[in-house]
Amino acid sequence: MSDMAAHDAHAHPQGFAHQFEDAVQQKEAGTLGMWAFLVTEILFFGGMFTAYIVYRSLHLGGFIIGSHLLEVKFGATNTAVLICSSLTMALAIRSAQTGKSRGAIISWLILTMILGATFLVVKFTCEWYPDYLNHIVPGSYFGFEYRPEWGAHAPYVQMFMCFYFFMTGLHALHMVVGLGILTVLVIMTARNKFSSEYYTPLEISGLYWHFVDIVWIFLFPLLYLIGGRYPGS
Amino acid sequence: MIGLAQTGLQNLAAFALMPFQPPEASSIAGDVDKLYYLLTGITIFFGVLIFSIIFYFMVKYRRRSEDEIPPETHTSMALELTWTIIPSLICVGLFVWASALYVQESRPPASATEIFVIGKQWMWHLQHPEGPREINELHVPVNVPVKITLTSQDVIHDFYVPAFRVKKDALPGRYTSLWFDPTEIGTYHLFCAQYCGTNHGEMIGWVYVMSAKDYANWLAGGEKTESMAQQGERLFTQYGCVECHVAGGTGKAPSLAGLYGQPEKLASGETRVVDEALIRQAILVPNSVHVPNYQPIMPTYQGQLNEEQILDLIAYVKSLGSQERNGK
Amino acid sequence: MSTATADIHHDPVESNVNYLNASYGIKSWLFTVDHKRIGLMYLAVITFMFTIGGVAATLMRLNLVEPQGALVEPETYNKLFSTHGIIMVFFFLVPSIPATLGNFLIPLMIGARDVAFPKLNLLSWYLFVTGCGFAIFAILSGGVDTGWTFYPPYSSLYSHTPVVIMALGIFIAGFSSILTGLNFVVTIHKMRAPGMTWFRLPLFIWALYATSLIFILGTPVIAITLFLLGLERIFHVGIFDPAIGGDPLLFQHLFWFYSHPAVYIMILPSMGVVSELITAFSRKKIFGYSFIAFSSLAIAVISFIVWGHHMFVTGQSVYAGLVFSVLSFIVAIPSAIKVFNWTATLYKGSISYQAPMLYALGFIGLFTIGGLTGLFLASLATDVHLNGTYFVVAHFHYIMVGGALMGYLGGIHFWWPKITGRMYPDMWARIAAAIVFIGFNLTFFPQFVVGYLGMPRRYAVYPAEFQVLNVMSSAGASVLAVGYAIPLVYLAWSMRYGPPAGRNPWGAKGLEWTTLSPPPTENFDVPPLVTEDAYNYAHAGATHV
Repeated sequence: MSDMAAHDAHAHPQGFAHQFEDAVQQKEAGTLGMWAFLVTEILFFGGMFTAYIVYRSLHLGGFIIGSHLLEVKFGATNTAVLICSSLTMALAIRSAQTGKSRGAIISWLILTMILGATFLVVKFTCEWYPDYLNHIVPGSYFGFEYRPEWGAHAPYVQMFMCFYFFMTGLHALHMVVGLGILTVLVIMTARNKFSSEYYTPLEISGLYWHFVDIVWIFLFPLLYLIGGRYPGS
Repeated sequence: MIGLAQTGLQNLAAFALMPFQPPEASSIAGDVDKLYYLLTGITIFFGVLIFSIIFYFMVKYRRRSEDEIPPETHTSMALELTWTIIPSLICVGLFVWASALYVQESRPPASATEIFVIGKQWMWHLQHPEGPREINELHVPVNVPVKITLTSQDVIHDFYVPAFRVKKDALPGRYTSLWFDPTEIGTYHLFCAQYCGTNHGEMIGWVYVMSAKDYANWLAGGEKTESMAQQGERLFTQYGCVECHVAGGTGKAPSLAGLYGQPEKLASGETRVVDEALIRQAILVPNSVHVPNYQPIMPTYQGQLNEEQILDLIAYVKSLGSQERNGK
Repeated sequence: MSTATADIHHDPVESNVNYLNASYGIKSWLFTVDHKRIGLMYLAVITFMFTIGGVAATLMRLNLVEPQGALVEPETYNKLFSTHGIIMVFFFLVPSIPATLGNFLIPLMIGARDVAFPKLNLLSWYLFVTGCGFAIFAILSGGVDTGWTFYPPYSSLYSHTPVVIMALGIFIAGFSSILTGLNFVVTIHKMRAPGMTWFRLPLFIWALYATSLIFILGTPVIAITLFLLGLERIFHVGIFDPAIGGDPLLFQHLFWFYSHPAVYIMILPSMGVVSELITAFSRKKIFGYSFIAFSSLAIAVISFIVWGHHMFVTGQSVYAGLVFSVLSFIVAIPSAIKVFNWTATLYKGSISYQAPMLYALGFIGLFTIGGLTGLFLASLATDVHLNGTYFVVAHFHYIMVGGALMGYLGGIHFWWPKITGRMYPDMWARIAAAIVFIGFNLTFFPQFVVGYLGMPRRYAVYPAEFQVLNVMSSAGASVLAVGYAIPLVYLAWSMRYGPPAGRNPWGAKGLEWTTLSPPPTENFDVPPLVTEDAYNYAHAGATHV
């Protein structure tokens, strides 16, 4: 991120790092760096998406049963929460860009954090913990004996639940890291590090936050909406 | 020490008499060797070419004084195209030849006899359909093509006979196959060629290619065992399959007569040919391949049958097919 | 201002506050953000890791002297070859040139003060060291016996070795390389000096740029694959276990999707070094600059679509085999183009034979052989016979050791005076290069032969008829080991006792040679301005050594 520009704040722009020639180069480098990082994240999640696609095409029956074990209302709520958090994040950046006060920026950042935390709370308390109680967490206690109606599809239901927990778990981990980044941004804003000339860390953190949101937008239909939800499907 | 030296010398003698290739003992080995020698020739040609040009330039253009600056030479598009196109054409030729052989290796002749092989840590089980079972050894008659259907009981192994130039992975949970036509009587190495744990290096054996007469003697000479199909029929009764899979299709499950090798429409809508893989899947994950007009009530035999027993049952189902079509 | 080389005979002894003596103490190194110091810290760690991998190889070759195993039990042998492969691939070859020479040279070669993200660079080093730590811990806990390829079900269900710890080490080191690649891409895009257009960049930069693309795109996939393997081992859930619906071949696809491009991570930087060495030691512009530059990019891109050639005998469809075979032939062409262009660069040059040039020429020869033997494996019918045998082992060692490692050594020797400010004794260096070349061929050529004869790889014991070739190989390995030991001695000696090198001891072109040796912390005493193409020897003033 940015170096402390202490005594030569008038000689160098705010947050200037000395390996760069000028502020423009620094901003471009930072932005390119974040985009490159997001590409690596796409490949990282991509490996799991690939495995998911392969197994879903081979074992659709088990995946449909598994998907129906998930509650769409919680997934949909979380989707809405995340989309709103991307909005609040964009508004935080907009506030910095248009020179609004520290308080405005911080408010939007904190609102983003609250929404992000809401997502995680809904996930843990309304989904993962009840899943554990209902014996659909994969592993030794997976509830095969409670669900004879799964029949021959049973191993693939567990496989689906593996993907559910691995993929949403990896996503949740990225959310937690995102909350950490937002905390740092709040502190930096409070210490007056940003202005309408220099708000690059906010902007590139916004890129990261939007990416995590987009990953969820893919995860939601792929995990929650297989096989439809209409009678007879 | 002396013992070591003695074995060392014996091995040196064996080495001196050894050619650079394994025996050419299958119908395809000669072709693979020709391709190999072409590749070797290309490698030697380009290796020598590059080495000599470099060596020549090294001598001719060695620096003669500290200050010398050589003249500029300019890139030549003609040269670039030449040394792009010629290697490309060579690659095309190699690809075509190698692929033709590979396609040949993937198409066993219809007359091939079948052998069923199960790899497990750290030995090979080989089953002849007539009944004999072998461990780490395979006896086959000369000039009769053999198709090997291969699976593993635990980790990934690989069935490799260098003299035949063929190899295929043995995978747990599925069947793979390879074929060869042994053309030379002799004894040849069988290796496992996919690392499989501690004794991977000892999962080796021998393939004995025998004259027709010797093979017949060998087949007759062992202890009398049931054929795989007969074993399969016994299992079919023992595990209760016969109660539902009644001949004529009047039971709770379809008749299996004449089924092998036919395309079958499943309840899911897709059509699949009834082969070893489908029968195995039907035994282990039955309701993934159930057919229309019958209830999906078949219980799974996962954990109750081992790989050998599954192969026996498959052999039995195959034999029902041949009965229906009058021994074809 | 041109990039004419300085006339060193008349330089006064330059007062040298450089990056090495700008600050002292362990903290000034462990908390540095100077790319040059970070490059040196990487050099120290990977040399250490190379020694571990080398010890494993020594024990393996000693064991193989006798058909029934001369030294260790099969269980130990399996751990030795696994350790050798893992350490050499993930903890030596992948970081070698990028993290040491790349880190040191990229800002110098493009005329920048440092990389784009110096603190991220330091983090990369710490991640690498952490990864090494976990790997060493796994070795000390007994070592893994899965091979560096970790194929399930063996690695997920059957091996009783510290697989998760080793996988964690590789996982963490992987993030080190992702961040390094990211840093390089941004640095090369955004921080070139005025006048340094893309087509004036040294080819070493093109090579590292292409390598960094592979770092960014490929490494995350091995990370997630090892992550899934770890989850399977810990929670016994069957992503790759056929008994519960998984597919072990899916692991192979995911694994090789990274690991094939990874081999190009290992060779591309070395090719970049060779471009620099050939031009410097023949004092000529490279023949076919844009062909070599675009070949690097082409190799990086095509490398991602050939992974299936590791799986020709797994029972995949014939069509898949045909497609991957075609693509594997195609990926060979850009490498051939490079070899021809390097050779043509020598034409009418002014060639001198210091050690770096010997390494470069050795690279060209051995890489040619290694690359051509790859055609045997791209050809489907021969691959069926050769897969899983010593032929494959010989092929990749010709590329990795005869190619990548020789390029690395050549680069270390070439830039040593710039890095340390000292010259090493060239006669010893040439002797060592010759010993390496001879020992290498004695070690690995017999393996082609024994591979075609059918000896499978990863065999702790083997049929007696293969003994002579194995003994030849092991004898060669002892020569090779001597060749590697010698540079450790004279390079270390030179750091204290070698004569001061001056700015440009080789009379080479390139921005790095215009600054002091060793460079100051901010790299250039005079900010560079580029007005000419790379390797513009023909229009230089007189050059002196």
